Amino acid sequence: MADKPKKVLIIGSGPIVIGQAAEFDYAGTQACKAMREEGVVSVLVNSNPATIMTDTDVADAVYVEPLTVPVVERIIARERPDGLLPTLGGQTGLNLAKDLADAGVLEAYGVRLLGTPLQAIKRAEDRELFRTLMHELGEPVPPSAIVHTLAEAHAFAREIGFPLIVRPAYTLGGTGGGVSTSWGDLDARVASGLDASPIHQILLERSLIGWKEIEYEVMRDAADNCITVCNMENFDPMGVHTGDSIVVAPSQTLADKEYQMLRSAALKIIRALGIEGGCNVQFGLDPHSFQYVVIEVNPRVSRSSALASKATGYPIARVAAKIAVGNTLGDIPNAVTGETSAAFEPALDYCVVKIPRWPFDKFPGGDRTIGTQMKATGEVMAIDRSFEAALQKAVRSLELGGRSLLWEDERWRSDSPQSADLSPALWGAIDTPNDQRLWALMAALRQGVPVAELNRRSAIDPWFLERLLRIQKMEERLLAEPLTPGLLWEAKRLGFADAQIGTLSESVQGLPDRVRQMRYELGIRPVYKMVDTCAAEFEARTPYFYSTYEVENEALPLPQPRAVVIGSGPIRIGQGIEFDYCSVHSAWALNEAGWKSVMINSNPETVSTDFDTSDRLYFEPLDEESVVEVLANEGRGPSGAMPPVIAQFGGQTAINLAASLERAGATVIGSSVQTIDLAEDRRKFENFLDRLGIPQPPGAGVTSVKDALTIAQHIGYPVLVRPSYVLGGRAMEIISGPTDLERYLRTVVAPTEKLPVLVDKYLMGKEVEVDAIADGEQTLIPGIMEHIERAGVHSGDSFAVYPAINLAEETVDQIVDYTGRIAAGLDVKGLVNVQYVIYGGQVYVLEVNPRSSRTVPFLSKVTGVPMVRLATHIQLGKTLRDLGYPGGLWPRQKLVAVKAPVFSMSKLIGVDTYVGPEMKSTGEVMGIDRDYAPALYKAMLAAGINPVPGGLLLSIADRDKDAAVPVIKQFAAAGYHLMATPGTATLIESLGLSVRRVGKLSEGDPAITDLIRSGRVQLVINTVTGGRPVLQDGFEIRRAAVESRIPCLTSLDTAGALAYYSLTVSEGQYEVLPLTEYTRWPK
Amino acid sequence: MRQKLILALEDGRAFFGHAVSPARPPGEPTSGEPADVVPAAVEPWTAQGELVFCTGMTGYQELCSDPSYRGQLVVLTYPLINNYGVNPADRESTRPWLHALIVREYCPEPSNWRATQGLAEWLGGYNIPVCAGIDTRALTRHLRTHGAMRAVLAPPAPGSLPPDDGDAGAWLLGRTPGVEGEVTRLVERARGIIPLSEQALVAEVAGPAAPDTGAAGHREPYDSSVWAPFAEPRRASRPYRVVLIDCGVKHNIPRSLTRRGLHTIIVPYNVTLEEIEALQPDGVVIGNGPGDPDGDPSLKTTIDTLRRLIEGPVRRRAMPLTAVCLGHQVLGLAIGGQTSRLRFGHRGANHPVKDVRSGRVYITSQNHGFQVDAASIPPQSGFVVSHVNLNDGSVEGLAHKELPVFTVQYHPEASPGPQDNQYLFDRFVDHLEGRAGD
Repeated sequence: MADKPKKVLIIGSGPIVIGQAAEFDYAGTQACKAMREEGVVSVLVNSNPATIMTDTDVADAVYVEPLTVPVVERIIARERPDGLLPTLGGQTGLNLAKDLADAGVLEAYGVRLLGTPLQAIKRAEDRELFRTLMHELGEPVPPSAIVHTLAEAHAFAREIGFPLIVRPAYTLGGTGGGVSTSWGDLDARVASGLDASPIHQILLERSLIGWKEIEYEVMRDAADNCITVCNMENFDPMGVHTGDSIVVAPSQTLADKEYQMLRSAALKIIRALGIEGGCNVQFGLDPHSFQYVVIEVNPRVSRSSALASKATGYPIARVAAKIAVGNTLGDIPNAVTGETSAAFEPALDYCVVKIPRWPFDKFPGGDRTIGTQMKATGEVMAIDRSFEAALQKAVRSLELGGRSLLWEDERWRSDSPQSADLSPALWGAIDTPNDQRLWALMAALRQGVPVAELNRRSAIDPWFLERLLRIQKMEERLLAEPLTPGLLWEAKRLGFADAQIGTLSESVQGLPDRVRQMRYELGIRPVYKMVDTCAAEFEARTPYFYSTYEVENEALPLPQPRAVVIGSGPIRIGQGIEFDYCSVHSAWALNEAGWKSVMINSNPETVSTDFDTSDRLYFEPLDEESVVEVLANEGRGPSGAMPPVIAQFGGQTAINLAASLERAGATVIGSSVQTIDLAEDRRKFENFLDRLGIPQPPGAGVTSVKDALTIAQHIGYPVLVRPSYVLGGRAMEIISGPTDLERYLRTVVAPTEKLPVLVDKYLMGKEVEVDAIADGEQTLIPGIMEHIERAGVHSGDSFAVYPAINLAEETVDQIVDYTGRIAAGLDVKGLVNVQYVIYGGQVYVLEVNPRSSRTVPFLSKVTGVPMVRLATHIQLGKTLRDLGYPGGLWPRQKLVAVKAPVFSMSKLIGVDTYVGPEMKSTGEVMGIDRDYAPALYKAMLAAGINPVPGGLLLSIADRDKDAAVPVIKQFAAAGYHLMATPGTATLIESLGLSVRRVGKLSEGDPAITDLIRSGRVQLVINTVTGGRPVLQDGFEIRRAAVESRIPCLTSLDTAGALAYYSLTVSEGQYEVLPLTEYTRWPK
Repeated sequence: MRQKLILALEDGRAFFGHAVSPARPPGEPTSGEPADVVPAAVEPWTAQGELVFCTGMTGYQELCSDPSYRGQLVVLTYPLINNYGVNPADRESTRPWLHALIVREYCPEPSNWRATQGLAEWLGGYNIPVCAGIDTRALTRHLRTHGAMRAVLAPPAPGSLPPDDGDAGAWLLGRTPGVEGEVTRLVERARGIIPLSEQALVAEVAGPAAPDTGAAGHREPYDSSVWAPFAEPRRASRPYRVVLIDCGVKHNIPRSLTRRGLHTIIVPYNVTLEEIEALQPDGVVIGNGPGDPDGDPSLKTTIDTLRRLIEGPVRRRAMPLTAVCLGHQVLGLAIGGQTSRLRFGHRGANHPVKDVRSGRVYITSQNHGFQVDAASIPPQSGFVVSHVNLNDGSVEGLAHKELPVFTVQYHPEASPGPQDNQYLFDRFVDHLEGRAGD
């Protein structure tokens, strides 16, 4: 065996996109910890600042730089690592490692690829090599063909018939894949698949729709010791991407013969591939025989392995990293029991259910069907001692507006109450996999459809359907019977929430509070069981618990002092990994202050749900009932009172819980519930700002359509409308006139007394954002960030620049003054985020959020101010002065950092990609340098906008045309070939520039989308006429660009920044330095 | 109303559950099988014995039909049981042997293409009760801390409790008024059970001499067609005759031998050396079985036979001998070693075992409550510890330094559990073929 490396480069996975989420922050962070334990120096590179792994104390050297070969080569030249760990940064990290090897970089610098050899990776990922290997092993694979052209695809389809699965090679999350059911859609599927594959190769294979899908997580070391960590069974049979499937661990419907047959096959495959570390093997299993096929092998740590780690307690990434530097499974201590080794297979004594979190609540117009291309942005996991209870807890964890399994779509109601037939919409939702199928199955059961029929139509195993039926039978009992103690107990055992029972049971008149009261009187309370990897066989040290209704409670209250950190739940658009970053730092800060930290969260992908992040982890839904029960559990015994709660870091999830937790007797520390309410209640907030004499755009919260129209008339259009109490700008729109406003209020959000709609004057000025830390007296502003896009583009979708480079001194002073007075006036204790718009030389307040924001990790990293740490200490009672920090604006750093949004639009069919007031991005990257231009250049590079002149297609809205002139000139001067739609082309010609004129789709000319797909376009600039875009042309242009993976800018401001700054930088004219070097730059 | 059951432990602890009612009422023996344990006609849903837990997540049918569980009430730590039912092919012997099964959740609607029956229905045919609703994790933690112990599973005596008000929660949480008296009564009864170590369990479970599999080696006493997908390409039939000593052997041991083309003759546990020699074997295997190897009076002959076997044909003509589980313990005693009781045993499918010579770690299927004490193995016996358990360092295998004899404490035949150790049967074949070592 080779010697242990001395210095190892770890490649992260870059921005959060669909198919690659927080699980790789978890994996990379574990890997860095493992290196430290092994005495190996670690060098980390990742472009995503909102990660724990890019904290400067996680790895020995941290680079937040674009993940490209030239950049990483410079890092290697500077750091001279002798090893590279390629398998912990998702497909992105793996592909980059392969590119580095192919480019000869690794050889040139003597860098060894650690763990799984490159040859093994290629054999697992290259379809042809993989199939050859499977044939050699005698392991069955579905009939298939490797295809490089349409003609080859036709030949195979003639031979095998439909349905066929299209799988592009080397893509993540199955991008560009799909099921082709007929000749009609084959060409389109094949074309998009070939496009998506970096090597223009796809696999066509016989569809195994209806077969069971089973996965095994397997580990192997260099001494050929192999174990399986866990297996998982998909609720959704073959045909749905595993990332979009409801998944249960361990498998439920496999007898030992089947379980062991597939386990043995998985071990045989990992051995034959020669993997050193972790891998995931996916099987299709015929539900009516022992026939199986090997579907896929991921020769790296994956989303499934993160799920398996959380489902079992076995730290796969950590063990994989240790194997990579030469350890064997038997040498690696078992972190859970502290006594045994990593060479064992976890035994579960509970059932785990994962449900994906899809973004369709934000994109109601998107295609909700799910298939081989992943669409979920995140996932939740729940644990219980029965499938029914775990499933119901997982549903509650989704945070779909309090939606339980009782929810039904109105369209599913039968047309006539007499008719025994189900509505076609309901059958549709059952026959074709989609994000609402689980609810549709429940609705069908309620209407008396037998399990056998549902199994015939959905191919979901009867076992799962019988479990749903058991839940439905309990609903019936709750509706029909008085709520006796016995019935209440049985409902709780099946995972029914108090709210569900309250809705169903007449005995409590629909009141969840009455259910709770009854439970408390009867002593029906959850107990907490430990996730210990060994089904209680050995004493374990994991402080990792889940609730259930049973006899023995294992989670005795922690000693004082302790506090509870509320996590942020599943990753979704608008509430991403940034909030997990904050939750983790808060837990660490509690420890630093001598407190015990208790974490509650439901997201298996994250660092916060790593069992060694906090002193105690409760894997629970983030709803009021679950959180209150955890608080009550921690408050039992001699210590008495519930522990204080920190709700500032878990995004809107935690903030929304604050008031109800206080009502239940808990203490929310830091900013009070009154502060939260004051900031979120439009009228109170307006009065508050008036008192302070701080301006905000005129507007009001309205509770009726009539009021809305009056207010809008009064303040003048355009107006910005949005519901109160939301995050990520959900349902936020810019409205240009009364007709549009009525449409919005009738179809998007209806105002109510309880939840008013906010109508504000839309000021198209410069948007500026501030995160501050306040202690009630002083306010520290680590930095001011300026958005490149004007107000109207959601802050999460804007490029943000630190420091604000275009602000006048007085404006800065005014922002500092306002921020300080707002924080003091609101009595903020901890973090506050304020968004301003500068319009006509005047600073207006747009929004105040008395909590951590999306930009906290970014700002913490570039300013060096440990924002969450300070905020946590302040919540525990310290002041900024105690902590050694002054008030006011923190000294401006001699660096420029640009945060760029990253979108996952290619995965979401039917979703319009233009940026506007509603957030659409899934992740972010950072470019950091000494000056603005190279920082912006790197941010764009990292976000996938390669600023190299090529074909530029323009389609500019009329009202932007004047402003577009200088930008167009700049692009032309930089050497772009201009192409444009007729109106824009006329404009360009009038400037004396040459342009290729392209016809409009709406006039029957398909040339424009063909052009985009032809490969001659490298950049698209398409601005939209304010408000909802109505022109289908623009939509088609944007979708064509996204599907061809061509950057498409919909804001002229972004385009301008690219033209004026990024294009002035040529490849290599930027720094590549560890983060600490930038921040340490001479003042 | 569901039938209430109390599980009372000899140390005074009690757990409360419900009977899983079989389709047929208990007490009517099927197909001439002996109704046993406690005659159900007298005391339905009642069982007694040693209470142990098993952590395997699949394989409940194999477990129930494993004769090694004779004398025991078995707690399954995996909470969801009967998800895939039972079928005729997955039995590891002719019938279920354990005394009772304790689970958290029993699934009344099994789903698997091979399922022909529910687990409780099958066990009910033998008057073996299934008790559900128990906090099996709490029970496991109790056994882990205090060790395997005697226990009684029984319904409360008629009239001892107030009429059932349907409050399952109160019952499972032990809050039903008046239950203490019943607990006391059953705890007393548990303390009166003859300890496992003193019972002649092997004699109870070992079958009559099984029919000769014939020289072709392929005749198996049960349908092996379901094994087709697992079978390695069948090797040519081998000209070796193997005697398999049955102390309650799991069927997958003879299956593993015959699948390798070995002519396998199954003989009962009380076989003598002379009887073995009369069969002119090329090798001998001794398999698994229930109980305490040192305490079970039925094993006296077996130990003696093994001692004479090793001193005789094994030493004289290097006849290969291998032993599994109870067989391993019996061999340990036969070579002058000692066995002792593990606190709560090893039962499951995830135990890591290290091959001392190669350093390799294997995941094994285990089911034993006793162990061979490493320090007790006489050096002059020529045996050394070949395998150890990575979790607790206990002896998992012995090997003779020169002779073709090796033993394992775990179950290379798997079923249930990982099949990673089938190579040990290949090693036995290698010994038969005179090929050296590993």
